[in-house]
Amino acid sequence: MATAGTGGAALDPGGGAAHLQPSALVTWWTILRTSIEERLVYRGDFALGTLMRFLPLVTQVFFWGAIFDALGAVSATSTVAGYTNNEIIAYYLLTQISRAFSSMPNLSNSIALQIRNGEIKKFLVQPVDLIGFLLVSRVAHKLVYYLVAVGPFALVFFLCRGFFSGWPEPHIMLAFLLSLVMSFLIGFFLEATFGMIGFWWLEVSSLLFVYMLLNFFFSGHMFPIDMLPGWWGTIVRAVPLQYLAYFPAAVFLGKIQGTALAWGLLYQLFWVVFFVVLCRWTFNRGVQHYSGYGG
Amino acid sequence: MAIIEIEGLAKSYRVYQKQEGLLASVRGLFHRTYREVSAVRGIDLKVDAGEFVAFLGPNGAGKTTTLKLLSGVISPSGGTARVMGFVPWKRENAYRRRFALVMGQKNQLWWDLPAQESFRLHQQIYGIEPAQFDRRRDELVDLLQVRPLLGQPVRELSLGERMKMELIAALLHSPEVLFLDEPTIGLDVVAQHSIQSFLRHYQQIQKVTVLLTSHYMKDVAALCRRVVIIAHGQIMYDGSLSGIVDKFSGHKIITLVFPGDAVPGGLSRFGDVLEEQGPKVKLKVDRNGIAEALAVILAQHTVDDVSVEDPPLEEVIAEVFSLANEQAEAVVARP
Repeated sequence: MATAGTGGAALDPGGGAAHLQPSALVTWWTILRTSIEERLVYRGDFALGTLMRFLPLVTQVFFWGAIFDALGAVSATSTVAGYTNNEIIAYYLLTQISRAFSSMPNLSNSIALQIRNGEIKKFLVQPVDLIGFLLVSRVAHKLVYYLVAVGPFALVFFLCRGFFSGWPEPHIMLAFLLSLVMSFLIGFFLEATFGMIGFWWLEVSSLLFVYMLLNFFFSGHMFPIDMLPGWWGTIVRAVPLQYLAYFPAAVFLGKIQGTALAWGLLYQLFWVVFFVVLCRWTFNRGVQHYSGYGG
Repeated sequence: MAIIEIEGLAKSYRVYQKQEGLLASVRGLFHRTYREVSAVRGIDLKVDAGEFVAFLGPNGAGKTTTLKLLSGVISPSGGTARVMGFVPWKRENAYRRRFALVMGQKNQLWWDLPAQESFRLHQQIYGIEPAQFDRRRDELVDLLQVRPLLGQPVRELSLGERMKMELIAALLHSPEVLFLDEPTIGLDVVAQHSIQSFLRHYQQIQKVTVLLTSHYMKDVAALCRRVVIIAHGQIMYDGSLSGIVDKFSGHKIITLVFPGDAVPGGLSRFGDVLEEQGPKVKLKVDRNGIAEALAVILAQHTVDDVSVEDPPLEEVIAEVFSLANEQAEAVVARP
């Protein structure tokens, strides 16, 4: 049957779509694939953004070199708070890997923005889990980032190989990889939780600013947190931020071993579960509070 | 049989009342005044399967809020609603697979990717069997004549083209209930007509239940037999489109054509003279006075032609909206 303005095609009157029980794996794979395709659209901006992340590396190498020079610790075995110059540079390089997993650029802001402008409605009316969708999208972003960054990372680590004392043992390497995966999960669920606060506050930029400030110092991004003395060190080691940068790097460098390593991984797992639950709880409460802004 | 059942549905918001100026902004950091706004005030409504119902009302009347409640986007402050037996705000997947919401002002497709990628994603999310998906997508794409645009990023489509893609995405899983929130807003006349034709055709064939909000009377007239007027969060009218005029318009329009070029004087005593272009004159006359006015005019004057019509629907609805707004303002102003 044809109608005016409708192209003259027919519609199957019994056109109720046959619904399969969707295979969760295929569904999430399709979401991942689509997210990767979307990520690859703005290739210029993406490539530049990825490469520019390596600039701070150079400044840090000079920065720590200057500190050791100023302290007169010129010998290869001289230490500052238990770290040699080489170990500090190696540590800093490794935190770049940690942060490549745990940092979530624009995640919280984009969630809050979608709440504010109403874009989030599509996730509420479709049979898809918003948090799962965001997680898979973020995995896609990370995969594309690693694809582009693996070359520059390899080059930088090759050029800086003199700062390392060699490859860690296999079980340390395994623990390092495990801690990286968990640092990704903590970073994701923590920042997604901040985004969900947008259900109440609408704008979370200032909250994020405070978080980023704390993160910068207490995740070990700037310096190894075991340098912090006394009660400062105790506090920082008790909060989860250390798992975003310090912990994986310290594991790779062999600063945490044996029982301490096992406990460290268990604590990290605890924080993963904690933030998964907190994020889900905040989302569920937030949706109840949601007013469907933005028309 | 009712597919949508609403009883006493209510939704109120707490809205921040910001005073003008910088000082007030600073003050607002420490102390804020809120106002309780009742967007929907105890609506009762039943919609049978296969009905195409229009929600009309002035801006802020509660139309879109009602659709948001029925699609589970927000939770109510009171009352109950069931759509196909489901409580919408529980957001069960079994429910979400059986309805669709299309918002004229909100994009649900992936902005930077071609629409066909979003369609494929919908296939997975809604669990549509592949052969069925291909057939249905092709049908909808051909009906809306957008096949050449499938590979084009959504951001590069015109508003009308984008809305067609939105409709396809929303209909791929053959929803039994379709909520349309101003689907033709901002579209040119051609695109509006195209979407209207499609929706009419689709609804006739698929017998889907549709709730539509629109400010375009042409949408409503073309598509809906039943109209619900919401104003100030309450239902003011529920019936046919033509019944609106009978209920809300207290007058009719008498058009008289006199011989020659002149229009006789004294006609204003029968009603308002809306238009006077000799030899033709249009009078707005109270419904109860039509017979008497015509009898007197025809007895006193020679008339070449006469017609009695209802006022234009848009005009009546505008009057209804205006009345509703005045009532709402009166309620707010009341101490």
